[in-house]
Amino acid sequence: MSKKKNDVILHDHNHDGIDRRGFLKCMAWAGTGAFCVMQGGVLKSYSLSRLAELSQKQTKGELSFVQISDSHMGFNKAANPDVVATLKAAVDKINALPTKPSFILHTGDISHLSRPEEFDSVEQILKDASAKDVFYVPGEHDVIGDDGKQYLERYGKESQGAGWYSFNHSGVHFIGLVNALNLKAGGLGSLGQEQLEWMEKDVKHLSKSTPIVVFAHIPLWSIYPEWGWGTDDSAQALGYLKKFGSVTVLNGHIHQTMQKVEGNVVFHTAASTAFPQPKPGEGPSPGPMKVPAEQLRSLLGVRDVNYLPGKRALAVIDSTLE
Amino acid sequence: MRRTGFTLGFAALAIVLIMMAGRTKSFGATAVQDKPATEVKIDNFVFAPNPVTVPAGTTIRWTNRDDIPHNVVAEDKSFKSKVMDTDESFTYTFSKPGTYIYFCSIHPRMTGKVVVQ
Repeated sequence: MSKKKNDVILHDHNHDGIDRRGFLKCMAWAGTGAFCVMQGGVLKSYSLSRLAELSQKQTKGELSFVQISDSHMGFNKAANPDVVATLKAAVDKINALPTKPSFILHTGDISHLSRPEEFDSVEQILKDASAKDVFYVPGEHDVIGDDGKQYLERYGKESQGAGWYSFNHSGVHFIGLVNALNLKAGGLGSLGQEQLEWMEKDVKHLSKSTPIVVFAHIPLWSIYPEWGWGTDDSAQALGYLKKFGSVTVLNGHIHQTMQKVEGNVVFHTAASTAFPQPKPGEGPSPGPMKVPAEQLRSLLGVRDVNYLPGKRALAVIDSTLE
Repeated sequence: MRRTGFTLGFAALAIVLIMMAGRTKSFGATAVQDKPATEVKIDNFVFAPNPVTVPAGTTIRWTNRDDIPHNVVAEDKSFKSKVMDTDESFTYTFSKPGTYIYFCSIHPRMTGKVVVQ
């Protein structure tokens, strides 16, 4: 199943150059090892096995970066006894990308038990990546026992509060949010009033044509509340982004790729580099999912994101480790 | 005379030994108490049994049997465990009556209740 398909805009009900139905159809292929590139409203899908054949012109943009997530350094149970090896395989995958990424976004659960040697190990392994800059946001496994004090000491130098921050790169505005701290009993992810007020101010004076990328550990849309897969106060945060024509939200936490399109916002959750988790409701709990050893790497992955200036949405390409 | 003294001493020793045998405590218990700890198992992101109702003075031992770490944190902040990896435990003795809601602060959808009478 690796024939090349070309889709053009079939339905454009909102007259904004985005074919949402076609996009979603294309996204359904992503889980089987295909990827979709949206350029100026025109969708192209390719199978990953043909990735190497594509010319630089088709996937290269003004900005290229990578998202990895949930490395859980320190995990050693049956679902993956060697998370070091799979993280190294993810680095190899990054280094093999046709366009060298400018930086890496790590959307949290860097460590498994917030131990110093676990953080050290991840940093050491990522030193071998082609992209030397890594931007982190914490997951709940990174702030165990100390309310995130160690995480902040390591990664929070340029940040506010519990570790949120923003930066610009190639005309794109990136916002790193922290929603895995100060969680309440029975609750979901939480941004909190202080962070929300900071975010409102942070985006207030940006022009609406600025592409926005928000990255946070726990999903900012309600995927499956029973398993904690959502954020209590994300609606407020997303409200501040209504004026922008292009918003991409990158999350982790659920150890599988999922996508959603809502207005001008495209949400993506990422695969883990450590172990997969079951689909919503398809298992007793959201814990590590054991699969036959030869299948493990096909359920772990990295994400390549390309921004072509003037285009509405970012091109997101998910690839598995095998 | 010596033999009588010897027999008496022997009988006294025997009586003491019999009394001690009836009051043997298990070694290695984390708390010296009259009642054994009430066990709560953590597995598949669930506390079981839940809720538990115990008399004041009871110690509860949570043991993590899941393949992912968890902890227990009281909503009223009266207790907070270190993170428990698989097969690790945490104990807390409930001396005051009341209803205690607790949760795993890493996975806050996991909640439990202890009713102390």
